[in-house]
Parts: sequence; C-alpha cells; structure tokens
Amino acid sequence: MSAPSVPPDAPRPTVFALFLGFLEIAICAFGGAAPWARRVLVERRRWFSEDAFLEALSLCQILPGANVGNLSVHVGTRFRGVPGALAAFTGLMAAPVLIALGLDSLYGHFSNLVAIRTGLAGVSAAAAGLVIGTAVKMAARGRGWLWFAIAVTAFLAVGGLRWPLLPVLVILAPLSVVLVWLVAVTGRGRS
Amino acid sequence: MNRLGPLALSMALLSLVAVGGANVVIPDMHRQFVGVYGWLGDADFARLFAIAQAAPGPNVLIVSLIGWHVAGWRGALVATLGMCGPSGVLCYVMTRVWHRGGETWWRRRVQQALGPITVGLIAASGLTLAEAGDHDLVAGVITAVTAVMVATTRVNPLWLLGAGGLVGALGWVSGG
Repeated sequence: MSAPSVPPDAPRPTVFALFLGFLEIAICAFGGAAPWARRVLVERRRWFSEDAFLEALSLCQILPGANVGNLSVHVGTRFRGVPGALAAFTGLMAAPVLIALGLDSLYGHFSNLVAIRTGLAGVSAAAAGLVIGTAVKMAARGRGWLWFAIAVTAFLAVGGLRWPLLPVLVILAPLSVVLVWLVAVTGRGRS
Repeated sequence: MNRLGPLALSMALLSLVAVGGANVVIPDMHRQFVGVYGWLGDADFARLFAIAQAAPGPNVLIVSLIGWHVAGWRGALVATLGMCGPSGVLCYVMTRVWHRGGETWWRRRVQQALGPITVGLIAASGLTLAEAGDHDLVAGVITAVTAVMVATTRVNPLWLLGAGGLVGALGWVSGG
C-alpha cells in the first residue's frame, strides 16, 4: 500500500474527515456525483492530485457497482483501510437517503406546482452543464494526441451513437491499453 | 410474503453486473420489481426515479428508494447494502491489489489508457442529461453557460445550479 500521490501539504485524512468529505460530496451532488467528488477531493480538500483522482475514478468506473459508491470505498481504503471505507460510504449515502425519503413524502403535495417543476428543469439544465464543464476541465491538461483520441472515441460511442456501455468498455479498454503500450514502445506518446 | 430475501438477492446479482453505475441496471430493476414481482407500479417507479434525480446524492439512491417502497427502512437498508456490498468488497480487494506494487509501469500504462475513457464517458453522460432534460433554448443556454463557467473558473457550482433553478422557477424554462 503506497500513499496516493497527493500535494505535499496535504495530511492523511482521518476516518471522521473521510466521513465528512463524502458527506459534503453527497449533499452537493445534483445531477451526478462525479463532478462534486472531483471538486471536493482535488480542489477543496486536496487529498488527490488531478492525475491521482482520474486514476482512482477510472478504476472505480471499470469495476461493477455505483461509481462514486466505489470511489468512497476506494478512497477510504487507501487512507484508512476498512474503517475508512465504511466511514466514507456511510457519509456518501446517509444524508441523501434521508433527503430523498423526505422528498418522497412531500412529492404528492408539490408535484403539481408549476414553479417547482420548471425550477427543477432549470436545475437539471445547469447540472448537465456542470457535468460537461467538469469533463472539459479534466481533459484540458495537454495529455497528448492519443489521450484525446481515446476520450473522443468513448464520448462519441456512448454519448453520440448511444451504444451500450458494457460492450464499449469491453472493446475500448483493452484496445486503449494496447495502443498506449505501442505508442510508449515506439516513443511517440506526446506530440 | 418475505420480500427482503428476494430483494437482497436481486440487488446483489445486479451489483456485480452494474459496470458503469446504478443507472445501467435501471431497466433490469424495472423488469424485475415492476414486472416479475409486481412490488411497484409503473407510476411508482417513475416517481422514485424522478425523486432520486431531484435529490442530491449518488445515482445509486434510486436503489434505496425502491427498497424503502418495497419493505420500509429494512428494505432500504437491504437494497442499498445488496447493491453496494458485493461491488464494494470487490472494489476493496482491487484497491489493495492495485496499490500493492506502488507506481509500477503497467499501472501507469493502464491508467493512461483508462483515464481518457473515463473523461469521455463523463462528457457523454453530460450530453445525455442535456438531451433528456433541455426542452427549449433557455435550458440549452443554462447548460452552455454553466459548462463554460465550470470549465474556466473555480466558482462554486451550487451558485450555478441555484441560478438555473431560479431562471426555471421564474417560468423561463419549460417543465418538460
């Protein structure tokens, strides 16, 4: 077990800090939790560098299960073992479940109000922009032509052509590994 | 009449095939819980999905809500742990394996190959959200402005979500 490659000024978070960090991700996470995971873990708490976060999220995405649920287990395990994993996962799930159950009990009273419905439509439009902007931010680091080619292929296959995710991953992931390896061997990775 | 056993088993099996997250197995959850078991109606399922989208939190929240609807707080607990338990244990084991050797050359290669796929898929989910949710020009402008602000500044996105909600509540966005 090696410590994640974090900025040097960042101390190793405690079990309670892991709980709080994922609680923060959870209660902010409208329209998908990955953008908020990046914001909290990289920008606000600095537990991860941009590259280390992308590595962690990639691993969690390729494994089955909820992506950010996996990320809570992964991050908790790396910093504090099993207690850390349990704390991070609990932090991620507890508050949203309570909020959602509350909304469920209120839903019948408010679902007919036009302002609520159009307000939620406005929030989800902004949430879509948040997800897109986060992807742009993660890509905008000059990682080489092959990196961009793979990213654009994944985007077009799933977002443009609407191919199902599993076959895309089964084909694209091994293909990318081979291409990255070939380009590294021939020494033309970054240009 | 005991629903907890079948609920736990269904979720545990879905847990291990849900590559890409909880949203991937929503069609199969609908097939099982609405179709096969008849624990929820179509309208219930649609309502729970809408609430899971509206509430903050990870997408897997839909699973907790289904569990709650099927068997109260025990159902919520069983469904959530059923969906996250098996994949969580697998993730724990893989985390240990992945970081055992430190920064090895193969780990760096795999990381270079998977990183762009992850970013491409995040962009794809943003596009899907925009296409599903943006029904008029104003909604499209909200999405575009938010994307540019997030990509180029460090402004807290909650302000942007709040601004989007305000524009919507004022009646300038169609509710779909």
